[in-house]
Amino acid sequence: MKPPPFEYFCPTGLNEAVELLAAHENSKVLAGGQSLMAMLNLRYLFPDVLVDINRIDELAGIAVASGAARIGAMTRQRVIETNGEIARVAPIFREALKLVGHRQTRNRGTIGGSLCHLDPAAELATLALLHDAVVEIAGRDGGRRRLGIHDFIAGFMMPNIEMHEIVVAIEVPLWSAGHGYAFHEFARRHGDFAIASAACLLEKDGGGAISRISIALGGVGSVPQRLSAAEEFLLGKRGEPGNLASALEFCAGLELIGDFHGSAEYRLSVVRSMLRKSLELALARAGRRDT
Amino acid sequence: MNRLIGKSVPRLEDPALLVGKGRYVDDIHLSDMLHCTFVRSTMAHAAITGFDAEFARSMPGVHAVLTASDLAPMLMSKRMPLSAAPSKEENSSTPFVLQDREVSYVGEPVALVIADSRAEAEDAASAVQVEYEPLPVVVDARKAYEPGAEVVRSELKSNLLNKLHVGYGEVDEAFAAAAHVFADDIWQHRGCGHSIETRGVVVESRFGGSELCIWSSTQMPHDLFYMLVAMLDMDENRLRVITPDVGGGFGPKYCIYPEEIAIPAAARLLNRNLKWIEDRREYFMAAVQERDQYWTLEIAVDADARILGLRGRLVHDQGAYAPKAVNLPYNSATAMTGPYIVPAYGMDVLIVHTNKVPVSSVRGAGYPQAAFAMERMMDLIAVRMDLDRAEVRRRNLIPPEKMPYVKQLKARSGVAMIYDSGDYIASQAETLAAAGWEDFPARQKAALAEGRYIGIGLANAVKGTGRGPFESGTVRVSQNGKISVFTGATAMGQGLATALAQICAEELSVTPEDVTVIAGDTAVTPLGLGGFASRQLVTAGSSVHLAAKSVAAKAIKAASRLMEVDEDALKLEEGRVWIRDGNRSLGLGELAQVLRGAPGFAFPADLEPGLSTSIQWKTDALTYANACHIAEVEVDIDLGEVTVARYVAFHDSGRLINPMIVEGQVVGGIAHGIGNALFEFMGYDETAQPVTTTFQEYLLVTATELPNFETIYRETPSGLNPIGAKGIGEAGTIPAAAAVVSAVENALSPFRIRISQTPILPERLFNLIQAARATT
Amino acid sequence: MRTHLIEMKVNGKACSGEAVARTTLADFLRHTLHLTGTHVGCEHGVCGACTVLVDGVSTRGCLMLAVQANGARVETVEGLASAEGVLHPLQQAFRDQHGLQCGFCTPGMLITLKELLAENPDPTEDEVRDAISGNICRCTGYQSIVAAALQAAKELRRSGSAP
Repeated sequence: MKPPPFEYFCPTGLNEAVELLAAHENSKVLAGGQSLMAMLNLRYLFPDVLVDINRIDELAGIAVASGAARIGAMTRQRVIETNGEIARVAPIFREALKLVGHRQTRNRGTIGGSLCHLDPAAELATLALLHDAVVEIAGRDGGRRRLGIHDFIAGFMMPNIEMHEIVVAIEVPLWSAGHGYAFHEFARRHGDFAIASAACLLEKDGGGAISRISIALGGVGSVPQRLSAAEEFLLGKRGEPGNLASALEFCAGLELIGDFHGSAEYRLSVVRSMLRKSLELALARAGRRDT
Repeated sequence: MNRLIGKSVPRLEDPALLVGKGRYVDDIHLSDMLHCTFVRSTMAHAAITGFDAEFARSMPGVHAVLTASDLAPMLMSKRMPLSAAPSKEENSSTPFVLQDREVSYVGEPVALVIADSRAEAEDAASAVQVEYEPLPVVVDARKAYEPGAEVVRSELKSNLLNKLHVGYGEVDEAFAAAAHVFADDIWQHRGCGHSIETRGVVVESRFGGSELCIWSSTQMPHDLFYMLVAMLDMDENRLRVITPDVGGGFGPKYCIYPEEIAIPAAARLLNRNLKWIEDRREYFMAAVQERDQYWTLEIAVDADARILGLRGRLVHDQGAYAPKAVNLPYNSATAMTGPYIVPAYGMDVLIVHTNKVPVSSVRGAGYPQAAFAMERMMDLIAVRMDLDRAEVRRRNLIPPEKMPYVKQLKARSGVAMIYDSGDYIASQAETLAAAGWEDFPARQKAALAEGRYIGIGLANAVKGTGRGPFESGTVRVSQNGKISVFTGATAMGQGLATALAQICAEELSVTPEDVTVIAGDTAVTPLGLGGFASRQLVTAGSSVHLAAKSVAAKAIKAASRLMEVDEDALKLEEGRVWIRDGNRSLGLGELAQVLRGAPGFAFPADLEPGLSTSIQWKTDALTYANACHIAEVEVDIDLGEVTVARYVAFHDSGRLINPMIVEGQVVGGIAHGIGNALFEFMGYDETAQPVTTTFQEYLLVTATELPNFETIYRETPSGLNPIGAKGIGEAGTIPAAAAVVSAVENALSPFRIRISQTPILPERLFNLIQAARATT
Repeated sequence: MRTHLIEMKVNGKACSGEAVARTTLADFLRHTLHLTGTHVGCEHGVCGACTVLVDGVSTRGCLMLAVQANGARVETVEGLASAEGVLHPLQQAFRDQHGLQCGFCTPGMLITLKELLAENPDPTEDEVRDAISGNICRCTGYQSIVAAALQAAKELRRSGSAP
């Protein structure tokens, strides 16, 4: 099928883009297009106007500073995957991005586009949640606001963003050097949306106990979710098998959704399996640190 | 001699396809061509109570919105005939060219929109207002055939399209005498063909629509030609059907579809060149599928696990219409016994309409279901009697000394089914050895100790190939020495041209590159059947072989007259006829020039004009290929995920003309079968709305899900055709799902799980494992 | 509807055409520039038949608007063989290894593999499988395509030429 008709604008400045969106009621931002174009081709969407933000140079780029990495919204997934700085300070990105679609879609797909599409199984949204990322959003008249990822994720495929706003960048707080990390997901085929995924970051103290931990799970519910109860439970523990098994039990408290690709019960089993693997691998990878 | 037969000659098709110079139907661009799309039913069953295209007709670029009544003046019938050989018989099973009263599946074509561009046609199609009044929907074939069930179409009294009994022998006696009787209910689903190229039609209208040239991505150009002659009431000389390069067939392009009639009819009506290219979503809702068969089976064995009898019932989901005479369930029921001796057999076959996309062939055409059902029963015997699964099969395989083996069943053509050749016991033994069957239990035990569930499974299969009644083959030498082969067989990507060129070149002592193969063009080939049932190499190959032989003989004879030497003193070499003991020769082109004749010159006595021969090699019999597949899998019991770790496939398809092409058919077929076992599922909800209409929902297997396949070949030449070949196009697919599921069940033997379905998707497998864990 | 003038360099040659905004890059190449080597198999970004290189990176031609490629450098299957018609090592390997049957997915496979070999001249079998996991082939079962990719990689390493 072919897309429905629309007018196309390709601004080079961010303000111009925001104004175009504000000026046209039924308008849509065209970022990497790897979800939007498919939905247009299938005629699931009928926008009157597309505002292409691919030529707004300031939206792309990666800057790693002490404590945080700032990734421009239009940074291609493939660029993040192959970026040496990101691999050094947040290696989980590379591990997860290898599972995002395929090479051809990662070449064009962007981190901002993924966050705004907000598929519950999206790896990048799960990573953003895992890191307690902050989303920087541009509005009219040069206005900017910063929104924590927990607030950004408003609901099923629903980012907390106005129709005329544009995500500018994602700020990812970094974990200490030598932190443990792992990302596991189960998809029917390589590159498919995951039935469930589990991401984990952790740090150990000098005694080998978990001093900091974050767990985010994708695909199981309407949005990616943190497993805070398990995080709290594992703090101070060494990741003994019994404790890991207990941590998995907290998955029962997740919001679960069943659909054609997997019932709620099935997704629960899958996410437990993924979480077990991620916890084990993250524990094995984490270096001890004297505090 | 065999310079070329049996050699992996590089394909003649490849150079053009590799550089982007293929010519598929959507690559054809005609001047002033308009583009078409269809308004399709959004309801599984409904009466059409209103239709308003007024606004759509006024939209930019729109030329026409045509309904059944608009096309009626162009058509002899609003309904598709049951076969290309039209009969006056009323039928209530074939689809309509366009539906104007009552739709009976989601996707049924209701109107045809024609516009300057496809996009504009789609804009208008979405603006056409069709009012539907919902009617009761029939989703489950098992609940649909009983009297009193709601009907799929109001014109039907019952959804039961046909009921057959297939069988022989004293079935009840066999069961009464049995040491053991094992029973199972088996469900299987096969999904869709999904060639990466969808269907498509381009029509050139000439002389006010009085002449049409049609390009269609079909497996059956001659069938389409005959159908158009009948439906449009056109003279044969005013109509030409050409298959351009076809981007895969896999069965669904075997049917002639309403769209292939509607577009030419509209081209005549409007006297315009038209193009319709199916999009992928349409393919999901309008190209035939193979769907569900529900088998209820009982098998009787003696104390040594030898089969005494097999009986049951097969319910076949036919979908809303029967686009062709229904062959799949008959294939399934007659193929069920496979390579095994089954002394008594009885199968009740119920063919039942549902409000879903019509059903016809997908690669294997009923055989994969039969192999799956039979092989599942063989495993059941082994598991219940605690015997080795291969040993149970060995005891029941037809031994080589019984060849040719006459089955007590008849093919659809009415002739007896005779397995002509093959050594099934040796085939299985060779496969077992290659796959390490004997050593596997030790490896399985070691894996289990590590908490890993690995399993091995096997399946045998037999496939009747080379379906007749004939296929055409003409070999013609032109005066410049170039050789052409014309055939009614249809190339869908298998490498048909290369194989036929090899066969021809072998006889004429030229290179395959000297031969051009023209397949599937009705203007240059008066007769043809097309591509289906693993038939083309056997049938067209035999015709081309005989025709080339005849042309070689004609050339020798003509050279003998012209050079005034005995025929025995001549030989054909490198495209020239040579005197054996000398250096005089005549080229085939020169001979062709003489044999084409010239006005005012005498024609050599006792020679036939033209250096060409047409052969329609005929056959009623099928020649039977056999296969044995062994799969090794690992199952993640938390996910229900199956990984195919190793795969060994044995095939005996008679004499191999081009082993490289054969290998391609086999491994591609296995991949399709693995898809059937683990990935592909065409879902419908309770209102018969299709729920898997994109490649994100309907999963085709990709490179990362497959192992490298190991293949073994044995060549038992067929005695039924002059080239000794048996078909191979479907044989790779047929046992694959059965082998994989056998392996999965074996991997899960600690849980004593029985798997009676395909596909076995992760969640389903997970649920079986959970249930088993709960009870153990 | 407004049409856009679109200019791009396709296989080293300057090309231009007019198209409405909704025209995908794949359709523009096929129907405006008549470069029909690039194929369309699903139009929803899954099958990979429409894969082309845009500014050097593989892209689904159905998931990008033609107007977005204005000014871009596009490479398609038509640009792989030499001007004299000598097959690219990948094309030759596909022929040698029977890496194609119907040929419909082949352009996307070739383009995808060209990108792989450019950055990874000595890929493992698993790396090849990963690279083509976004390209669906219904004919081959992939193994001959994998073999072809490995053959081409070897040939390119031997000859020292760029993919």
